[in-house]
Amino acid sequence: MSAQMMSRAGTGTASRSASRQTGFGGLLRAEWTKFRSVRGWVIGMILAAALTVFMGVFAAANATIGCQMNGGPAKTGKACLPYVPHGPGGEVVSDSFYFVRQPLTAHGSITVRVTSLTGEHADVSGQRVQVGAGSMVPGLASWAKAGIIIKQSTKQGSAYAAMMVTGSNGVRLQVNYTKDTAGLPGKVTAAHPRWLRLTRSGDTITGYDSADGVAWTKVGTARLAGLQQTVQAGMFAASPDYTVAQKSFGGSNYEGGPAQATGVFDHVSLSGGVPGGTWTGTAIGRGGPVGGPGRPETAGTAPLRQAGGTFTVTGSGDIAPVTPGPGSSLPTVTVEQSLVGVFVGLIAIVVVAAMFFTAEYRRGLIRTTLAATPRRGAVLAAKAVVAGAVAFVTGLVASVISIAVGVPKEENHGQVLLTVPAVTEARVIVGTAALLAVAAGFAVALGALLRRSAAAITVAVVAVVLPFLLVGLNIVPSGVGAWLLRVTPAAGLAIQQSIPRYHQVTNFLSPVQGYYPLSPYAGFAVLCLWAAAALGLAFVLLKRRDA
Amino acid sequence: MSTVVRTSPPSAQVSAAAARGSSLRHALHAEWTKLRTVSGPAWLLLGAVALTIAISAAAAGATHCPRSMTCPVDTAKLSLTGVQFGQAVVAILAVLAISNEYSTGLIRITLAAMPGRLTVLASKAILLAALVLVAGAVAAFGSMLAGHLILPGNGFTAARGFHQAWLSYGPALRATCGSVLYLTLISLLSLGVAVIVRDSAVAIGTVLGVLYLFPIILAFIGNAHWQHRLDRWTPTVAGLTIQDTIGLRNLVITPWAGLGVLALWAAGALLAGGLTFLLRDA
Repeated sequence: MSAQMMSRAGTGTASRSASRQTGFGGLLRAEWTKFRSVRGWVIGMILAAALTVFMGVFAAANATIGCQMNGGPAKTGKACLPYVPHGPGGEVVSDSFYFVRQPLTAHGSITVRVTSLTGEHADVSGQRVQVGAGSMVPGLASWAKAGIIIKQSTKQGSAYAAMMVTGSNGVRLQVNYTKDTAGLPGKVTAAHPRWLRLTRSGDTITGYDSADGVAWTKVGTARLAGLQQTVQAGMFAASPDYTVAQKSFGGSNYEGGPAQATGVFDHVSLSGGVPGGTWTGTAIGRGGPVGGPGRPETAGTAPLRQAGGTFTVTGSGDIAPVTPGPGSSLPTVTVEQSLVGVFVGLIAIVVVAAMFFTAEYRRGLIRTTLAATPRRGAVLAAKAVVAGAVAFVTGLVASVISIAVGVPKEENHGQVLLTVPAVTEARVIVGTAALLAVAAGFAVALGALLRRSAAAITVAVVAVVLPFLLVGLNIVPSGVGAWLLRVTPAAGLAIQQSIPRYHQVTNFLSPVQGYYPLSPYAGFAVLCLWAAAALGLAFVLLKRRDA
Repeated sequence: MSTVVRTSPPSAQVSAAAARGSSLRHALHAEWTKLRTVSGPAWLLLGAVALTIAISAAAAGATHCPRSMTCPVDTAKLSLTGVQFGQAVVAILAVLAISNEYSTGLIRITLAAMPGRLTVLASKAILLAALVLVAGAVAAFGSMLAGHLILPGNGFTAARGFHQAWLSYGPALRATCGSVLYLTLISLLSLGVAVIVRDSAVAIGTVLGVLYLFPIILAFIGNAHWQHRLDRWTPTVAGLTIQDTIGLRNLVITPWAGLGVLALWAAGALLAGGLTFLLRDA
């Protein structure tokens, strides 16, 4: 190795003239030659890519096992899956609720007063979740909801806009599963009822709320592209599973059980309806009361009770995006879960990148290199760029193969792939490669700073991997964990998060499920800052220190 | 280090005598001289102790149990959180104990002076284990002391049913002593890997992979069979069950058996290392 590098560096005069002629480009070429001519490093990078793919695909292929529903025969794989609706944006959604509806024409509105929202849920305090008549206890999931909705059709996943009261999040305007706007705060009671109104004008729907039915406030406007002439409008009730998450150390405890919500409506008025229309009750998906049609676990409550102008609607399920994690209604998998192998790749790349600098010290080559190129900062930069570029290409190849092979395997194992737009998928893949590239630059800088490969590698690996491990496995409390994933280089892993965090869905937030406290680019910026700081410090020390 | 080398094999007769007679004692003495006359190992040991106690204290300090909640917290395991970090420093120490000799070429002189290769490796292993045992004991007992002082103030009081993270409680004592053994076994495992790999960078990369990758894979795999296998047979996951003091019934491997699995890994690595060391040219 040293012989090759010596010949590359040549005599001082030759390389000085070369560096004058070709500048940074020549330096890059010199460093690239150093890199590619060491067989071990090239093998290391190939190994990094291979191990990344292997581990990712292994995890994907062993993501889950079979299922058994309602005492039926045991099934595995895709046979386990119920029908999975996709929302207008292409994302996987839950769309189950009880719907009391009438057709609505292109122009019209619906107004109601909600006087009560109550709920029952399975008892989750015991050792086993009890489901069944008599075992339900009163209580509302925080995102239990009841209100009014204008929806394209009764097909699951169709476009909608809804005004609703919720368990503990006040009045909300929700549109097409992912959008959520806050209205009046506070709980709804008979003494403090909530008036809700949705007006339709073509494909524009506007939501209003009011505390007294006189003074109305506009909550928001939504455009539902391609809304057909006649749509369905009416009242609904739904409740996601009641869940109790307890994050502890060395494990997480997540208890959940079916829940239902009951809303009481009066002062119901619909304008722009079809002449002769009457209120019809329909369970969308498995949205009837727990125990109602499609929910055979218990003898259920009647989904719709009507007395005079008062409607009492009971439903379960949710109208929301499906998010990864144990609180989700489906066995889900995200695109980035095929990329778990990035941790192996990271270690291999960090080893090679750190050696790329420390090897110069070990062989005394650094003196030759610096004699050839007295601009020490440029040498450091060239090494960081070469190591970063090699890591980027390696990471890109490994991520593309991991996703191409791993994702279909996950789907075949009965998991619902949480589809994301192509732009997001590209960001996850390119971001993973960029993450490895920046980590390589970080490792080069640490190699220059510490001059010892073992120390440099340990710092680089521990800084990125250990915070993830400590938070993912609940070894540290969640507050500390969120802080760790904001300020340590591990924040950069956020670039892999494909499913945004929806505050309107209760779920268990863990980096293993793909949730990070920082947004993808902000997290990546934190890693870049660390790398930049390490490179800056290395630059200063390299200039000051004797080689 | 080079000055040490010159003094340690003074003449051919001495080394021949060493090989013949109480060679292990001499080898130990030589290794001890090598270790104590450079500053690296001392700093690493100090670093391992300081890091372990600091992280443990930080984790204990950041954990609160509000009055209204039941907290399923394993106070002993929490007090020993720093071991997760300390093991990385111990691994560096162990890797450098052998790979430094390869990187400086010292290994050829060492083997010329002491041709009994297994003796060399054994003396390195014994010395390393002894040093880590001492440092690990300071680190683990220091961490427990920190937890003992900090946790009651954060709501983890005996009145609320928390066993004091202290040594009069049997499982806590087992977790603490077990953590010391855990660190020692990690150092031996790392030494074995380093003997096989020789290069310090590749060795530390491999060891860090062994330490941290298995728990991550485990977190991502839903397949119960694989989870069970990995829980039982991976060095760090099984080994760290020695820190568990609550929910012991739910463990797939008992604490001491878990530590035994790590011991098997360490023995396997040392055995493989010993074999390659014997058969290979230095």
